[in-house]
Amino acid sequence: MSGPTPLSFHVPGPAVRPGGAPDFSDVPISRAGEVRRPEVDAAPEDIRDLAFSIIRVLNRDSEAVGPWAGLLSDAELLEGLRHMMTLRTFDARMQMAQRQGKTSFYMQHLGEEAVSCAFRKALAPGDMNFPTYRQAGLLIAGGYPMLDMMCQIYSNELDPLKGRQLPVLYSSREHGFFTVSGNLATQYIQAVGWAMASAMKGDTKIAAGWIGDGSTAESDFHAGLVFASTYKAPVVLNIVNNQWAISTFQGIARGGSGTFAARGLGFGIPALRVDGNDYLAVHAVARWAVGRARRNLGPTLIEHVTYRVGAHSTSDDPSVYRPKAESDAWPLGDPVLRLRNHLIRRGAWSEERHRQAEAEILSTVIAVQKEAEGHGTLHSGPHPSARDMFEGVYETMPPHLRRQRQQGGV
Amino acid sequence: MARKTMVEAIRDAMDVCMQRDDNVVVFGEDVGYFGGVFRCTQGLQQKYGESRCFDAPINESGIVGAAVGMAAYGLRPCIEIQFADYMYPAYDQIVSEAARLRYRSNGQFTAAMVVRMPTGGGIFGGQTHSQSPEALFTHVSGLKTVVPCNPYDAKGLLIAAIEDNDPVIFLEPKRLYNGPFDGQHDKPVTPWARHALGEVPDGHYTVPLGKAAIRRAGAAVTVLAYGTMVFVAETAAEQAGVDAEIVDLRSLVPYDLETIAASVAKTGRCVVVHEATLTSGFGAELSALVQENCFYHLEAPVMRVAGWDTPYPHAQEWDYFPGPARVARALKAVMEA
Repeated sequence: MSGPTPLSFHVPGPAVRPGGAPDFSDVPISRAGEVRRPEVDAAPEDIRDLAFSIIRVLNRDSEAVGPWAGLLSDAELLEGLRHMMTLRTFDARMQMAQRQGKTSFYMQHLGEEAVSCAFRKALAPGDMNFPTYRQAGLLIAGGYPMLDMMCQIYSNELDPLKGRQLPVLYSSREHGFFTVSGNLATQYIQAVGWAMASAMKGDTKIAAGWIGDGSTAESDFHAGLVFASTYKAPVVLNIVNNQWAISTFQGIARGGSGTFAARGLGFGIPALRVDGNDYLAVHAVARWAVGRARRNLGPTLIEHVTYRVGAHSTSDDPSVYRPKAESDAWPLGDPVLRLRNHLIRRGAWSEERHRQAEAEILSTVIAVQKEAEGHGTLHSGPHPSARDMFEGVYETMPPHLRRQRQQGGV
Repeated sequence: MARKTMVEAIRDAMDVCMQRDDNVVVFGEDVGYFGGVFRCTQGLQQKYGESRCFDAPINESGIVGAAVGMAAYGLRPCIEIQFADYMYPAYDQIVSEAARLRYRSNGQFTAAMVVRMPTGGGIFGGQTHSQSPEALFTHVSGLKTVVPCNPYDAKGLLIAAIEDNDPVIFLEPKRLYNGPFDGQHDKPVTPWARHALGEVPDGHYTVPLGKAAIRRAGAAVTVLAYGTMVFVAETAAEQAGVDAEIVDLRSLVPYDLETIAASVAKTGRCVVVHEATLTSGFGAELSALVQENCFYHLEAPVMRVAGWDTPYPHAQEWDYFPGPARVARALKAVMEA
């Protein structure tokens, strides 16, 4: 009699590695305009299909089609295009500044600009985002001064955070941007707690939580879903699926299940997937989810399907773990070009005006950068005072810290 | 003045704060309808409604993380972790998040919140219901850590903690919930109702964070203790026949160096007692502080009495527990050194 068959261990891997031909054939893409738009008060169990399709508005001919189209004016779309272009230019300059040794670290948004820029425009003043390090578009589209962003990156004398935080871990209560943590997923449950507080106080503000595909493996992602579901918190829970968690492909966090959005279904949370490279689609879905939260109908989970074209950070080298041409093969295209082409198609924009805008934006960003660098960079001060290092650990400095500050001679 | 148990005093503190400030909210596992497994929150939901006091899912990271979000909004959560032993899943939220919000946001976001948790052994709780993790908190910049030893302090310190604008870890020695405990485990617990320290004023009062109390004046040796060990030290001093001065720290961070140093300068000897494991325990910090600040007054090395460096055993609980006999031996040893 033979013994039991030996078991075998399974580790999922991406379709291709460097040297192979980029392959996204396993990514099912819905046609633009194809996915239905339910009423905002639809029961979660009636819209389960939306966790498996992809809501898209812009088609291959740069037309806005289907039930999620028609929500934004030309002026609003032009503003959105400018936000995305600004973020891209800002990224390029700050990436270069890091390479020039002006700061220690930078994380860019290349390819993902639509997600945060479009989402921000669906929020109202007073709403609070609990972002990751890749949602600077929330700040740019929300009117946060770029000078403050750069000074934070340079840890210079005007750094609003006094040199205490890694570059790009911004914080602005006034602009609805919760202080970013380097520990992953912690902010997700905090977003839910903030939203619960708003409901407990009978307020009208809502929260938005943000997480990357890789971090959905963290326990706090699940804590966030449990609490959001239990207390029907007025929160929009975003997952930005940009395919890569540093070098780890999204299947490691997702396992064999259908989609990240489907994670919400077990919690009874309405879950939608959206083309994260389609400004119009992201905005439309965000508006739907925000409207739902605002009407006290509870949380919504949104999976933004996108692609991280750039490296994870300035410390990363994606050529080691994925084909160089993979970003070009990404089937959902480039968010800036897609919106540009749509506006041209609408007659509201032109290639010439686009080139002019690129030049204007670059010149503005460079001017702000010069101003920021006038206040110091990481390795060539002026910096916040070492005395500041001891402030703000507690509301009032306790005696032991005061003694240490004196010992430090500051 | 009413005599109350520590449980009643703690409940009273939350009641007073909830009455005075609509932003104070209480939640955690079993704390709503049931009133908490130790009944510390009993009646609060009935009095203040479900949006002020409610049950939470069994997810400690979720409880603390949600509280951080609420505090960032402007509420003042006073949350319960059912046993201090269960706080490990929430440790990241406490240490990396609550403790640092003020610092990393330059004051734009703060976490004015209290994390209450029953701590310590002596109830045959085994490895998962007996731990004293205070050193895991005192090591963290941005947190305050408080351990009361009687109902009066428990109420006053908890009100001060809830009103404090920094995150406070409030460790409740569960062996003291119903009365003082002298370390004689085969004797019945003396109820607070028959103990002077059980007197608790009605209404609002505070015991300031960062101020120690002299529980027993003495001239021969200083005992630094907190929580349950304050009473164990008293019994040990009597057993050893040593004129010990017992300093109850009450708040570990911030700590009251002034009172500690003044006492050791007076007595010239020091024994540090805590229930947590010895190595890298808070006693090591106290010992170093005494050495740094009182070296020229010392007539003997500082000694530490603590739990052994093992997990808290179930059946051998009383061999693990730093009882009066061990403390008395240390007192005699420093007197003879």
